[in-house]
Amino acid sequence: MSIASALLHASDKPAGKRPYFLDPEVERVMAVTMAVAQELAVARQRIDTLERLLEAKGLVPRAEVESFTPSAAEYAERALWSQEYINRILRIVQQEGQAAEAAAKGDLPIPDVTREIS
Amino acid sequence: MDGSEASTQLAQHSATEAYDGPPDQRTGARHAMYPDLSHDEIERFNFLTQMNRHLATRVAPMVETTWNARIEPRFEAEHGRKPKDRTEARKALLADPVFQTWSALRRMTMEQRQEAGRWAAIRQSESLAAKAASLPSRERLSLDPTVAVPRYVAAVDHHCMPGSYHTELFPGDVSGPASYDSGIHVTVGGRGGPYNDGIGRTMAEWIQETYPDFKPRRILDLGTTTGHNLLPMARAFPEADVVGVDIGIPVLRYAAARAEALGVKNVRFIQADATDLSQFEDGRFDLVMTTMFLHELSLTSMDAIFREARRVLAPGGLMLNMEQPAYAGMPPFEQAIRDWDAHYNNEPFWTTLHSLNLDDHFVDAGFERGNLVKKVFTTPAGPGGQEKISMVFVGAAR
Repeated sequence: MSIASALLHASDKPAGKRPYFLDPEVERVMAVTMAVAQELAVARQRIDTLERLLEAKGLVPRAEVESFTPSAAEYAERALWSQEYINRILRIVQQEGQAAEAAAKGDLPIPDVTREIS
Repeated sequence: MDGSEASTQLAQHSATEAYDGPPDQRTGARHAMYPDLSHDEIERFNFLTQMNRHLATRVAPMVETTWNARIEPRFEAEHGRKPKDRTEARKALLADPVFQTWSALRRMTMEQRQEAGRWAAIRQSESLAAKAASLPSRERLSLDPTVAVPRYVAAVDHHCMPGSYHTELFPGDVSGPASYDSGIHVTVGGRGGPYNDGIGRTMAEWIQETYPDFKPRRILDLGTTTGHNLLPMARAFPEADVVGVDIGIPVLRYAAARAEALGVKNVRFIQADATDLSQFEDGRFDLVMTTMFLHELSLTSMDAIFREARRVLAPGGLMLNMEQPAYAGMPPFEQAIRDWDAHYNNEPFWTTLHSLNLDDHFVDAGFERGNLVKKVFTTPAGPGGQEKISMVFVGAAR
């Protein structure tokens, strides 16, 4: 119940119209980016906490994390993940690039297709 | 000790030497009513505190540099004169990308603070409400739901705090004040001390130093919210009967439970609109105080509150208010920057308040001009070169 309420209300708008300082489109993207930047900082601090706890319990010295060198196979696994990740977050760039080619091949807006098949 | 421990200690030592900035949110004092904060919820606050520090110490100076280098010169080139007031200065600033970016980030950081605090408080709102209800604080709490929320509170949520001081998500809810209590660290960067009560402590100390023979028997705090600046006064005068008044039910409920949790016994909280203190007889109080309250009022209500304060003050009593300095005499650029909150942080009375000569309003309310009180404090610069904060105590003795 409280979690449902938090999901609904944590991001509530305060009373009073919001001022915009940049083009609203730009400011909207900036606001999302700053929230993501915040979550990245939070994740970074959490990793730091884990590393310090692991070291304090004598499990993994932090120096070992610092000097960790993946094997060739490990590197390949990690590098593949990076490629997958970049593909995922830059989906829009790929799709806008493909749009030029698709348009040349007669890619249609959906209403046109709707008319055609109705 | 092996080598790695030594190098870790060295690294920690040099980091401590190098670090110049706000303290960890965890250094804030916890009490029974304080919301439980997870590791990540604390780090969310810490990030935003660093954002505010960065904006204040790294970006704000660029706004001033830009003002001098191109904004004011451009205005002069267009108009053949310098900006004559803060409105012209603000409009010129608004056209410049550096001011736009600083402002957009400042506004977002405040919105993110509200979201971060609300997430943590609302997710545990039921347990917080149960805690507030179970603490033996109810006898020091007197609610009157017939008190209407004034227009100047309802129309705009001050400092972008959704629901302001008065909204309950359900009967008994205290998530609003719990968010306020835990999130304020982000805005003041820990400079109010572990209990965010620096203003109250400074005011109590100043009264004790300035008026060593003044022993108020009854103290009234108007717009007390969570009571954070009232408790130092209650501690400074433990014999006094201390009353905090607010229009908001959730803040009063939280304030009573918080006072209970912190073991301050001589304080009660009453729901009332400070423009109508008719439940108190003339001359009831020796000290009437407000902290960062006047700028959230309206002109009519402020004058009415001064009159009521004068009425409920005993002869020889003192009304003392803490605010930021008035604009008079400041250059247009400084006024425009200080006025940012009025336009962009939901503080619609801020401009008017800081443009007034409050002395005249105390006199109009019936105080003697010869009894007016004014004291300006400027804090040292904060960690990491954060700007000095000026506080002004204004008021009058009766």
